[in-house]
Amino acid sequence: MYDSFARLCADEREKNRPLWELIRSEDCAENGQSLSDSWQEMERMYAAMKEEDRDYDPGRLSNSGLVGDEAGRMHAYRTAGSTISGPFMSLVMERALKIADSNACMQRIVASPTAGSCGVVPAVLLSIQEARDIPDRQIVQALYVAGGIGGIIASRATLAGAEGGCQAEVGAASAMAAGALVSLMGGRAQQTANAAALALKNLLGLACDPVAGLVEVPCVKRNVIGAVNAISAADMTMAGIASRIPPDEVIDAMRTIGKRMDPGIRETGTGGLAGTPTAVRIREQIRAAKQEK
Amino acid sequence: MKLTDIIGPVMVGPSSSHTAGAVRIGNAGRRLLGQPVREARISLHGSFLATGRGHGTDKALVAGLLGMAVDDRRIPDSFELARHAGLSFSIDGIDLGDAAHPNSARLILTGERGRKLEMVGASIGGGRICITELDGLPVNFSGDFPTLIVHNEDLPGHVARVTTLLSDSGINIAYMQLNRAHRGGQAVMVLECDQEVPQEVLTRLQAMDGIVKVTFLSLLPEGEMSDV
Ligand code: SF4
Repeated sequence: MYDSFARLCADEREKNRPLWELIRSEDCAENGQSLSDSWQEMERMYAAMKEEDRDYDPGRLSNSGLVGDEAGRMHAYRTAGSTISGPFMSLVMERALKIADSNACMQRIVASPTAGSCGVVPAVLLSIQEARDIPDRQIVQALYVAGGIGGIIASRATLAGAEGGCQAEVGAASAMAAGALVSLMGGRAQQTANAAALALKNLLGLACDPVAGLVEVPCVKRNVIGAVNAISAADMTMAGIASRIPPDEVIDAMRTIGKRMDPGIRETGTGGLAGTPTAVRIREQIRAAKQEK
Repeated sequence: MKLTDIIGPVMVGPSSSHTAGAVRIGNAGRRLLGQPVREARISLHGSFLATGRGHGTDKALVAGLLGMAVDDRRIPDSFELARHAGLSFSIDGIDLGDAAHPNSARLILTGERGRKLEMVGASIGGGRICITELDGLPVNFSGDFPTLIVHNEDLPGHVARVTTLLSDSGINIAYMQLNRAHRGGQAVMVLECDQEVPQEVLTRLQAMDGIVKVTFLSLLPEGEMSDV
């Protein structure tokens, strides 16, 4: 697993191999897996992402009833044709909602990097594939890049909301998606790292404050900002806009912010949005309903 | 950690740390016990305790003890399935102290053939786990490798004898840790191996002087696991 963008960029210069190959080789060497087995496993992940996108049911609500129909609403609005964000962005938003809704409803999803943030990477990759007619092979390669970025974040900081807040989940997912997008557009390691850094910077400090402790509110809608933010970070990068803070240092900042976060905003479901009067009321209602059962 | 722990796992939602990680902790418990679980006392700590129920952490731990994988669609029904499988369990809260990872659970297990095990497992993000305590002593392993855990008297020579036996049996040690309660008391060796440790080697280890307990986490499919 790569533990810094610096080493990834240096390896690209030295070995002159595509990023995804470097990331795959390192992983295979570490885990004693063959290159082809690794590829098949990653293909399986992408197949499961397509499945979760297809399997969404707008009539299904989560156990608490708090979420489940968001993607259905977005779909109806988008297909009516008058979205502010335009056809591509609104489709990405719908997909992010679909997958995050399915997760909240205890359906089968691909954690990427976590279940709470599972909508970000697939929403972006499935949509760009459709829009640009990109073959599966290249998307699977982009998944390696996304995974490599997640690995760097995991090594330097964390991917757990309980340790680092939502910046470590939706923030990390957004960085992974942004880097994957840039690599799909032919970006080199430096640009890929830049896109990840820009995406992560925009979500630094994000609290993990799920209402009633459930991965529902605000998680489902936060997947949308993760996906949309990834696209804007990728576009800024392709425009030549550079992060003034080097990518590895951005991740290190994320780690220190996470460490300074109060436990109330680290997945305990007590602070932030989860501590609002409305959230407290919801929590009580859920508890009462459970006792009745 | 593997790449497919980051893009992946394919799992039943809603939480990789509270659902998938909990399934894996349960799974590790079953594998460490080396026999089907008959009785389980499950205690939730920290965030597992605060938000575990809503995330199905309780159901996920039981599903893991039953041997289900993280993408098993039956996870939500594990309590019901436990009754059919003859697994009785209790679930309560516990304070394992500030040093414990916020997503931790303690499991006290009894197996079909009477073997007992007490462990603490932590879900450390993205569905990955770490076993942090085994039968009273601190350990630190993921369960990604075939893992041998040897509790022994803290006296000179044990480590050498155990590692010699392993290397004579053609088993390569990938990672190794030593821990002890206090000098001259009980110590624990954790050996993460590249190969499975066969039954015969486990039996010989168990018979060695000064070895208190041998525990082995096998990655083989259920039916092929050694029974220590
Ligand atoms: S708010 Fe917390 S639980 Fe929800 S997606 Fe973010 S990190 Fe995960």
